Amino acid sequence: MAGMALNSDTPTTSKKASSLINDPKARGIFYQVLTLALLVLFVWTVTQNTIHNLQKANIASGFGFLNGRAGFDIGQSMIAYNSDSTYGRALIVGILNTLQVAVIGIITASILGFLIGIARLSRNWLIAKLAEIYVEVFRNIPPLLVIFFWYKGVISALPQARESLELPFSSYLNNRGLFLPKPVFGDGISLVLLALAVGIIATVIMARWAKRRQMRTGQPFHTVLVGLALILGLPILAFLAIGAPLSFDYPVAGRFNLTGGTVVAPEFMSLYLALSFYTAAFIAEIVRAGIRAVPKGQTEAANALGVRGADVTRLIVLPQALRIIIPPLTSQYLNLTKNSSLAVAVGFADVMAVGGTMLNQTGQAVEIVAIWVVIYLSISVTTAVFMNWFNARMALVER
Amino acid sequence: MATNASTFVRQSMLEAKPAPSNQTGASHWIRTRLFATPKDIVLTVLALALIAYIVPGMINWLFIDAVWSGTDRTACATVIQGGVLPDGQSGACWAFVEAKFQQFMFGRYPADERWRPILVAILFAILLVPMLIPKAPFKGWNALALFIILPFVSFFLLSGGFGLPHVETPLWGGLMVTLILSFFGITVSLPLGIILALGRRSNMPVIKTICVVFIEVIRGIPLISVLFMASVMLPLFLPDGWTFDKLLRALIGVSLFASAYMAEVVRGGLQAIPKGQFEGADSLGLSYWQKMRLIILPQAIKLVIPGIVNTFIGLFKDTSLVSIIGMFDLLGIVVLNQSDANWSTPVTPITGYVFAGFVFWLFCFGMSRYSAFMERHLDTGHRH
Repeated sequence: MAGMALNSDTPTTSKKASSLINDPKARGIFYQVLTLALLVLFVWTVTQNTIHNLQKANIASGFGFLNGRAGFDIGQSMIAYNSDSTYGRALIVGILNTLQVAVIGIITASILGFLIGIARLSRNWLIAKLAEIYVEVFRNIPPLLVIFFWYKGVISALPQARESLELPFSSYLNNRGLFLPKPVFGDGISLVLLALAVGIIATVIMARWAKRRQMRTGQPFHTVLVGLALILGLPILAFLAIGAPLSFDYPVAGRFNLTGGTVVAPEFMSLYLALSFYTAAFIAEIVRAGIRAVPKGQTEAANALGVRGADVTRLIVLPQALRIIIPPLTSQYLNLTKNSSLAVAVGFADVMAVGGTMLNQTGQAVEIVAIWVVIYLSISVTTAVFMNWFNARMALVER
Repeated sequence: MATNASTFVRQSMLEAKPAPSNQTGASHWIRTRLFATPKDIVLTVLALALIAYIVPGMINWLFIDAVWSGTDRTACATVIQGGVLPDGQSGACWAFVEAKFQQFMFGRYPADERWRPILVAILFAILLVPMLIPKAPFKGWNALALFIILPFVSFFLLSGGFGLPHVETPLWGGLMVTLILSFFGITVSLPLGIILALGRRSNMPVIKTICVVFIEVIRGIPLISVLFMASVMLPLFLPDGWTFDKLLRALIGVSLFASAYMAEVVRGGLQAIPKGQFEGADSLGLSYWQKMRLIILPQAIKLVIPGIVNTFIGLFKDTSLVSIIGMFDLLGIVVLNQSDANWSTPVTPITGYVFAGFVFWLFCFGMSRYSAFMERHLDTGHRH
């Protein structure tokens, strides 16, 4: 008996040791500790090397350089800026420019993309084919090439300022950009803005009331029409009431250039056009896939219930398609925003280009790359949070 | 017996009648596909007007008014611009592309050594074609040769060694660099993306966190900032005396960037695999890697082939961004050559872009068509 007990003892211990090796939990912990140790070692080595290299190059680390004088000019700026401004201000100009081109680009690309996506589904063969050609061409070409195409291929091949192309509304187009009349607002224009704000608030309240009434009584209300009337009508009424205090500063052809008016620079124009055209091709595919994914039975059921024509699209198909469209659409919006960094190739002063100039002047590589990462990540996160909220509102509520 | 006499029942089938003439043929097609409703008529007329406005001018510019041969800018410039063409004529300057074709393909690679990239291209094509044909045998050996052996052989062939003169990477350029970058990026990003996706789905918190942070940060920032990072920060990270080749830095940047996107695509596939497959593999006693390699990944990858190819296409297009950090890929070398005073005419830039765009388009369109073919080929009919 004693011998047996002795014998059975030894296998137990070896079993314990081997079970520790085979235990998934223990192995998991081991692998994680190993990974963490390697990561820490890697980060530590990189930090040490960086500190050493920075000391060798005599570059002080830290964000103090943002208060220094920038010393470079920026062509297009939404806030007051000159070469005596600080690096920090230059950076803000860059951020605003990035946001500007991203927002305008997103709006244009969405409109264009939805139109082309719907056109691809058209029963009309010619329209569907044209849309398909558009999509297949733009999806398979690098966006940078599209930007260059507009910038160096089209806009710089436009006539010179003296032979500007005349467009309607006293606008001119030449190789220095698009010259538009600049609105000059007189006194009391703030009243118009106030009317606009009132119009928007009234529309929101009206929409809520209309929805509640429809839920209660089933009677629909012309929310869109009345809303448009409120948002557009109120400011127009206010504008007329205070005597239309608006005049235009028209561009005038001078000897060598146009003076007056406001200029859309070629850099902005080529970036904006390229981003819109390129992203529209992707949005078109998303829209097409979304609409195709709505089962045919939905349309048939709507027809059987007596819903007709455009109402089927508006009330039945589109809301269901939007659910499928929104998540990939979000990533296209983010792609457009990130692709706006290609501005650096044509010299449009977005945050990437401004940062690049600062990097060349100060050599603060680590800080500037960190700023880039933080800015783009925060734009991405903000958009993602907003679109997720929107998506949650649109999502199917299963009962 | 009497039933046989029922003469009014036909014993043989009648031939099907042809469809009414207004339901078939070109006229029916035109009526239903082009002029079905008044709205359609308007749209068709508008589309025809658009085509009539654009296409003749385009064909004129691309082919009829284009200059096909010449030795310098005078061939493509009008008289007023100092050339030989009549004033007002504007057409593509294909002579420019012809004169610079070698550069567009190989960059500034020495002329005497250009047989080396050509040889690499031939080897690549010989290995790639059987790889793409599903029925071709020896897939394993083929993959080994294509993805492991070929890169090393090409490296020595292109950069020199073993008696071949050394050619520095700054001299590489053109389509060659575009293809090297994308091939390397594709070869690295797929396995790395799979590992990252598995890491993100892992139940080990540390590994999961690392993967999530890596994927989300890379996906949140533009490729240019990754390339800038690779070109200005990588030298800072290295100890004294270590230098990285510029091409290698771009390769690392592009591959890391693509692998984050790849990881998300693969994760989509992993999430679409029913839980029963995981449990089934576990109950057979397979280890984690066996389970993934034999059961999960083959199904998951098959599901996301379109996404993977889209990432490849994106990667191929994104390689054009290396021209911003001063490398001369196809787009970079086209842009560089436009500043050649010997060829500067108003149509030179646009000709260069049309050419580069066509080459990029050819590759990307080819990839997307191949992926559509693979999707059909691998479709086992299990789709719900």
